[in-house]
Amino acid sequence: MQQSTPAAQEWRPRIIAFFCNWCTYTAADLAGVSRLKYAPNTRIVRVMCSGRIDPQFILDAFVHGADGVLIGGCHPGDCHYTEGNYKTLRRHHLLRRMLMDMGIDERRLRLEWISASEGDKVRDVINGMVTELQTMGPLALNDNMTRFDAELESDLDTYLVTLSTKEVEHA
Amino acid sequence: MKQNGEIRIGIYICHCGSNIAGVIDIQKVRTYAETLPGVYIARDYKYMCSDPGQDLLRQDIADHGLNRIIVASCSPLLHEQTFRRAAESGGINPYFVQMVNIREHGTWVHTDGEYMTGKAMDMIRAAARRVFYHEALERKRVTVTPSVLVLGGGIAGIHAALTMANAGKQVYLVEREPSIGGHMAQFDKTFPTLDCAACILTPKMTAVRSHPNITLWTWAEVEKVEGFIGNYTVTIKRKPRYIREDLCVGCMECIEACVYKEGRFPDEFNLGLSKRKPIYIPFPQAVPPVPVVDAEHCIHLKTGRCKDICVEVCGERKAFDFDQKAEYLDIQVGAIVLATGFTTFDPANIQYYGYGKYQNVYTALELERLINASGPTGGKVVLPDGRMPQRVAIVHCVGSRNENYNRWCSKVCCMYSLKLAHLMQEKTNAEIFNFYIDMRAPGKGMEEFYNRVSSEGIHLVRGRIADVYPEILPTPDAPKDVVGRVVIQAEDTLIGRIRKIPVDMVILSTGLQPQDDADDVRRIFNISCSTGGFFLERHPKLAPVNTFTDGIFLAGACQGPKDIPDTVAQAGAAASEALSLIDAGFFELEPNTAYIQEDVCSGCKSCLPLCPYTAITYDVEKMKAAINEALCKGCGTCVASCPSGSIRQHLFEDDELLSEIRGLLEYA
Repeated sequence: MQQSTPAAQEWRPRIIAFFCNWCTYTAADLAGVSRLKYAPNTRIVRVMCSGRIDPQFILDAFVHGADGVLIGGCHPGDCHYTEGNYKTLRRHHLLRRMLMDMGIDERRLRLEWISASEGDKVRDVINGMVTELQTMGPLALNDNMTRFDAELESDLDTYLVTLSTKEVEHA
Repeated sequence: MKQNGEIRIGIYICHCGSNIAGVIDIQKVRTYAETLPGVYIARDYKYMCSDPGQDLLRQDIADHGLNRIIVASCSPLLHEQTFRRAAESGGINPYFVQMVNIREHGTWVHTDGEYMTGKAMDMIRAAARRVFYHEALERKRVTVTPSVLVLGGGIAGIHAALTMANAGKQVYLVEREPSIGGHMAQFDKTFPTLDCAACILTPKMTAVRSHPNITLWTWAEVEKVEGFIGNYTVTIKRKPRYIREDLCVGCMECIEACVYKEGRFPDEFNLGLSKRKPIYIPFPQAVPPVPVVDAEHCIHLKTGRCKDICVEVCGERKAFDFDQKAEYLDIQVGAIVLATGFTTFDPANIQYYGYGKYQNVYTALELERLINASGPTGGKVVLPDGRMPQRVAIVHCVGSRNENYNRWCSKVCCMYSLKLAHLMQEKTNAEIFNFYIDMRAPGKGMEEFYNRVSSEGIHLVRGRIADVYPEILPTPDAPKDVVGRVVIQAEDTLIGRIRKIPVDMVILSTGLQPQDDADDVRRIFNISCSTGGFFLERHPKLAPVNTFTDGIFLAGACQGPKDIPDTVAQAGAAASEALSLIDAGFFELEPNTAYIQEDVCSGCKSCLPLCPYTAITYDVEKMKAAINEALCKGCGTCVASCPSGSIRQHLFEDDELLSEIRGLLEYA
C-alpha cells in the first residue's frame, strides 16, 4: 500500500464525499473561492447527480477504509434532474438499515442537502462529521471482517450440519 | 483493460501562481506522481491554463504518445473544457482528460501544507487509477431553434430583446405587468447624467412594439418550461385583459367613459399615491397602449349589472371582450434570457423608520413618482396636507447592509439618494439632510456626481438612523389632513454627537432585493439562487450571464443589484451569449448519457419509472430496456438502480468511480 498522506500525524477519520455536480460540488467550489477553511479529511468524488450514487460505491468505500461517507445533493425540489435526490433519499434509508445489520454505525453515512450557494454549509457539515467520527473512532471494518470470517470458519461445520438438517426437514 | 495497447498517462500539476504552489510541495507531489502505474511523464507548470501550459500538454502528446491526461489544478467546472480542447487539438480524445481539483477543494480550504501535499497525492493517485478505464467518447450535437424567450420587460429585457431582434432572431418578450418599462419607467431622472428616464426609455419601448422580429406579450406569465438547450418548450399564460389587443387603437375613450367618474383603486404604477379606475393603463406612455380591465373591481365582471358605457364608446372597434379567458400558448425557443428584475425592500419591516405610520415618511420610489412630471402630482412635491416640505431627510441603506434584513449593499441607493437630494433641492428649495453610513460612488462619473451634489449645500451626515418620531402629536381636534413634523434621531459619527433634526419629510432609500416570487421562477427554469435569493450565475467573474442550465442566461437586477448602465451592459452580454448559441445552429452536449448493455439486461423494467425524462422505454420484441440518448440528460439515477448492472453511464462508469474511490482510500 502506497503511503502519501503523512502517517506520522494522529489518526484522522477518512471521509469519502459524493457530491452532485450542480449543487454540492459547486458549493464546495464556493467554499474554496470564499477561502473558507475546513478539516482536510474529506476526499470528494464528483458525480452528475446524487441519484447516480450506487449503494455499492458506499459499501466499497467502507470496505476500502473509509470511516465515513458523505452524500451531498440538491435540496428537495431543486434537483437539476428534477428528482434524483429523492431517489437518493430512499436508497439512503434502505442502506442505513443494511449498514446497521453489518455492524456499521449508521452515523457513518450521512446525507446532506447543500445548495450551490451554501459554501459555509459544506464547511460546517464536514467539520461536524469529522468531529463526530473522531469520537466514534476508526471503523476498522477489515478487522471486523477478519473476525467474522474466523467465527464463520470455526462454526462452519456446525453451520453446514444445521443447514443440511433443515434442508432435509423441509425436503 | 478496455483500451488496446499501452496506457501512457501524463500528469500536469499546476502551480496556479502561488494559489497551489504556495501551500503544497509541488516537487514532492510530482516525484510521487511519476511513480504511479501507467504514468509516463509528470510535469509541473506555473499556469497550466495559459497558452504555454496548454502547449506543453499538446507537445507531450505528440512527443511521447500520451493517451491519458491528468491536470491537477482548479475545479473542473472552471477549466475542464479548456484542457479537453487542448487534448483534442493535441490529437487525442478529449474524454481521456481527468481533472483533479486541488485548488478549490484543496489549497484554498486547507492550511496544513504538509497534510495537503499528501491529500493532493491521494487525489492524483485516484485520477491515475480512474483514467485507465476512460473511453473515447463523442459529443452529441443538438440543433438550436433560432428563437429566444426574454422574460421581463424592464430595461434589461427590452435591451436584450432589441439586440437579438436586430440581429434577425425571433424574440418573444413576456412581461407580467400590462406594460413594459419596468422600474426605469417609474424613475424621473437617472444618475449621474440626470437624463430624463422616460426620454431615453420610451423610444426603446416603442421600438420593441414595432419591431417585426419581436412578439410582445404583456400581462402574461411563464407557466411551464420543458426541454433543454436549443429546444425549450415554454408554456405562456396570457392573462385576460378583457380588451383585444389586435382591435384596440389606444384611444382611451373607454377609460374616460367608465361609470367610475374618479379613480378609486390604488394605482400600482404610482405605488398607491394616486387612484385609478377599474379600466386603466398603467401610465400614459405604456407599451402597448392598450387598457386592461381589473376583474376584481369592474362592475360588469363582478355583477354583470353595469351600463357598459365603455363598450358603447368603443363602438365599431369592438375591442371589448368580457368573455376572455386566460390563454395558454406553447412556444419553441432555443435560448432563454431571464430579466425578471428586482423589488424594493419594504421599510415597514423596520418599525423605527415610521413608514406606514407617519404620512410624511416616503420610500425613494414613491418620491420618484412624486417628483416625476407625469406622476400623480404633476411633478410637485407636496405633503398630503398640501404643504411643500421645508426640510427633508434622506435616509440611506434602508434594509441594506443590515445583518437582520438584507446583508448586501444594494449598490444604487447612495447614488439615487444624491440624485433625489439634488432634485428635491431644485424643486422645493428645501434644506436636505442625507444620512449615510458609507458613501459609495463606484462607477463612471459617479464620484464626480457625488462631488457636484455635495457642493450644492446638502448636509451629508454620517450616521445610522436610530429613530423617527413625531415632533408634535396631532391633537384630537386637529384637522385630519394636517401632517405633523417628525424628528430624525441619529448619531453623527463624525462629530460624535447624537443629533435630533425635525423634518417635514423623510425619504427612505430602500435597498434592492429579489422579486418575491424569484424562488418560483428559479424552480420553473431549473436554475439556482445565490445567498439572498438573486439568481446564481455560472461563475461570478468568467460567466456572469450564464447559469448552470445551458441555454438560460441572466440579465439585469435579477442577478444582483445593478444600476441602469450595468443592467444594459449585462443585457447586451446575455443577448450576445444567446446569439452565439443560436447562430451556431447547434450545441454540443456532454456524452455522459446512460446506455444499456443488452446482454445483461433482464428486462425487469424497474428503470422505466425512474427516469424523469422518459428516456427509457421497454423494447417488447427484445424484452429489454432501451435508452433514447437524445432524451437522456445523464443524471445516472437509472444506472445506480439497475439490479443487474446492465445500465451504464459514459464518463461515470462503475469501473471509473470504483477505481477512483479505491485510489483515494489507498493510503496508510
